[in-house]
Amino acid sequence: MEIVSAISLWFIPVLIAFILMYGTYKKVPTYESFTEGGKEGIKLAVSLMPFLVGMMVAIAVFRASGALDVLVNWIRPSLEIVGIPAEIVPLALIRPISGTAALGITSDLISVHGPDSFIGTLASTLQGSTDTTFYVLTVYFGAVGIKKMGDALKVGLLADAVAIVTAIIVVTLMFPK
Amino acid sequence: MVNYIWAAMILIGFGFAMINGTMTEVNEAVFSGAKEAVTISIGLISILVFWLGMMRIAEDAGLLSKLSSLFKPFISKLFPEVPSSHPAMGYILSNMIANMFGLGNAATPLGIKAMEELKDLNGGKNEVSRSMITFLAINTASITFIPTTVISIRMNYHSENPTEIVGPTLVATAVSAVAAVLIDKFFHYRRSKKG
Repeated sequence: MEIVSAISLWFIPVLIAFILMYGTYKKVPTYESFTEGGKEGIKLAVSLMPFLVGMMVAIAVFRASGALDVLVNWIRPSLEIVGIPAEIVPLALIRPISGTAALGITSDLISVHGPDSFIGTLASTLQGSTDTTFYVLTVYFGAVGIKKMGDALKVGLLADAVAIVTAIIVVTLMFPK
Repeated sequence: MVNYIWAAMILIGFGFAMINGTMTEVNEAVFSGAKEAVTISIGLISILVFWLGMMRIAEDAGLLSKLSSLFKPFISKLFPEVPSSHPAMGYILSNMIANMFGLGNAATPLGIKAMEELKDLNGGKNEVSRSMITFLAINTASITFIPTTVISIRMNYHSENPTEIVGPTLVATAVSAVAAVLIDKFFHYRRSKKG
């Protein structure tokens, strides 16, 4: 544990120090380069806004109306047959769609079942092992103005499905109930 | 396809609200969703400005191209369309490394920058290219060594062993990363067959 937290604590300062030292050594005008690059950041964040607003309003409406719950309950039985624990199903379905909602469910599962229980461990692993595909898609493609996404969504969601199934298998094998 | 999914989510939501009597919640959701999105975008400004500034120094110093040449054999297999000395490679690699350490804040600006470079490579078109899909697939299924957020939640709830999940997460993400590459290759194969 100490090693892990030490790495997360030291990683960013070491990285920044290394970039600055290497830049200075290579005679890069570090401060000027930094501000030049930073300018792009503002432009990107602003151009991102409409994409995020559109996507997050749609997801919020879908969730608040109760449609998401109905969808989850509708798919739940078929996932339970495959051996996916009922408590986990909502998390598995929501994880690719909404990061904040998934984080809420994970916290809830951990507080109800305990962090070291089977469900708690499984929820933690699920949360940590997949990303919010919709968010990544919206942010990355939105920022650079990609309108035709092709197979990107399909590929991303299928990869999520594999990640979820793998997480369940791995946790079941490593932490028997 | 995104257009249909987007419109469908909102329309189905309104339809459900009519049946369920959740119209009040849905009305609130419209504004709270919009507000949250703007909050996120504003929050992103600080991170984007800082990391893109730092990475510009790294790029100007030649660090990014060094990084790409170091991982050249591995990465050029994944992205056959990207020239190995292209800055896109450096950004893709930095993004992957940031993701591995659970540094989502640092990973996002690098990912956006990588996408921008990939778009340039694709002639600036607003269509997705093969490399972009591959990058997105790897990104959503990225290998994670340290899932920082989850570990901190577990610590909040007094887990006896908050880092116990590092092992299973590593295995799960490694398998899904391989799967993502295979799925991506399959879809590419299907597209190229169609012509």
